[in-house]
Amino acid sequence: MSVTKLPEAEALLEKLIAQMRPAAGPDLALVGIHTGGVWLAERLHAALGLAIPLGSIDVSFYRDDYGSRGLRPGAKSSSLSFDVDGAHIVIVDDVLYTGRTLRAAVNELFDYGRPGCIELAVLVDRGGRELPISARYCAHVLAKPLPPQQELVLAKSAEGRLSLTLKDRVDA
Amino acid sequence: MRNLQLNSHGELQHLLTIEGLSREMLIAILDAAAPFTEVAEREVKKLPLLRGKSVFNLFFEPSTRTRTTFEIAAKRLSADVINLNIDASSTSKGETLLDTVDNLAAMQADMFVVRHGSSGAPHLIAEHLLATGSDHIHVVNAGDGRHAHPTQGLLDMYTIRNYKKDFTGLTVAIVGDILHSRVARSQIHALTTLGVPEVRVIGPKTLLPTSVERLGVRVFHDMREGLRGVDVVMMLRLQNERMQGALLPSPQEFFKSYGLTLEKLALAKPDAIVMHPGPMNRGIEIDSAVADGPHAVILPQVTFGIAVRMAVMSMLAGG
Repeated sequence: MSVTKLPEAEALLEKLIAQMRPAAGPDLALVGIHTGGVWLAERLHAALGLAIPLGSIDVSFYRDDYGSRGLRPGAKSSSLSFDVDGAHIVIVDDVLYTGRTLRAAVNELFDYGRPGCIELAVLVDRGGRELPISARYCAHVLAKPLPPQQELVLAKSAEGRLSLTLKDRVDA
Repeated sequence: MRNLQLNSHGELQHLLTIEGLSREMLIAILDAAAPFTEVAEREVKKLPLLRGKSVFNLFFEPSTRTRTTFEIAAKRLSADVINLNIDASSTSKGETLLDTVDNLAAMQADMFVVRHGSSGAPHLIAEHLLATGSDHIHVVNAGDGRHAHPTQGLLDMYTIRNYKKDFTGLTVAIVGDILHSRVARSQIHALTTLGVPEVRVIGPKTLLPTSVERLGVRVFHDMREGLRGVDVVMMLRLQNERMQGALLPSPQEFFKSYGLTLEKLALAKPDAIVMHPGPMNRGIEIDSAVADGPHAVILPQVTFGIAVRMAVMSMLAGG
């Protein structure tokens, strides 16, 4: 197996902050996807000095593989304390892959209201899309898509430092 | 009894009784229920998990609250819900029950929520489904005879955990008609499995099952003594309609000895919570001053009950 050189997550986050800065303003709402996306969204929210409270969603209840794989343990509560109707929302996730998580996230947001627009910010695009979804803000695109048996995950240290790790999927 | 509740992967296939489920499984259900509580606050109170599934509420015994909360739970999961209220007295037992099941299986049912006056009826249905190759249909026991009412037990545990955080330091008292109560049996199994060190049952000798101590509880006949220092008071409904013969002198007499009043509640810990599975008999097992007072968490129990039932149905129907 060839070793893919992984970029530094903290450096990518700086890049993402710079990309999003022009859009930052009183009307911008961030919604992180559990769990990695929430960590990123917390950092982005602070760095961009946003006023609308940070939202978080867990897409477990909207996944398209519930029928084949069942309810996943460890689902968290979604929390959106701002008015979704008409809001300019940027969904934040760590890794963009098939796009199925984003499909679920968009469906879930519409159960809270009718957003004005929804965009997507991710740290890494690993390729392998199965749905017509792309990121408006993306800090890094892998030169070669990762094979399906590999999983790219964001980790957070006790000090809050973010890092990317590559591992073999246990459930592939 | 063979444990029909788990499939070959150790996952929940039916929910028939709390007895025999591991602590890990009970915790998994309580954990799964937590995110469902938030759904009720959304503009669209619906999740797509059971979309296209048919849930049959088979109620062979009258019930308003339990049937309604199961119906709400299934509908909030986008299932199609069919309510069948079957008057048990007009049907002969056994054969007719299974005939009904066969007919509903032929209608492509996905889940049965069963309330029945006879202990073991949901178990019988689950066994029958297995024997007839229809075990893709899940069975949820919504109360059978004096045996079990597992979702009530689970929602009670969810409520306790919500207010007390940890089970392992608690003293919990269950008060009233233990003898006729399937709720009490489910509560006792759940509490002991979750590691509650002291579970007390309080009631007159005539309303306690013989050798109830074997379930791992301490027995009190004096309510004041039994309530001393408890963290949680779980009241039971006096089962008037189940009462045959003179098990107690009169409801008034019962209230005097075993009705929860502010004066008796004062013996519990200052932050004790008071629970009741409903419907309440005010002035018989509980005084209105307690039922409507600051210690009561009776209405939150109802709300949590929907989330717990959504979690159970989602765990059964997926995968």
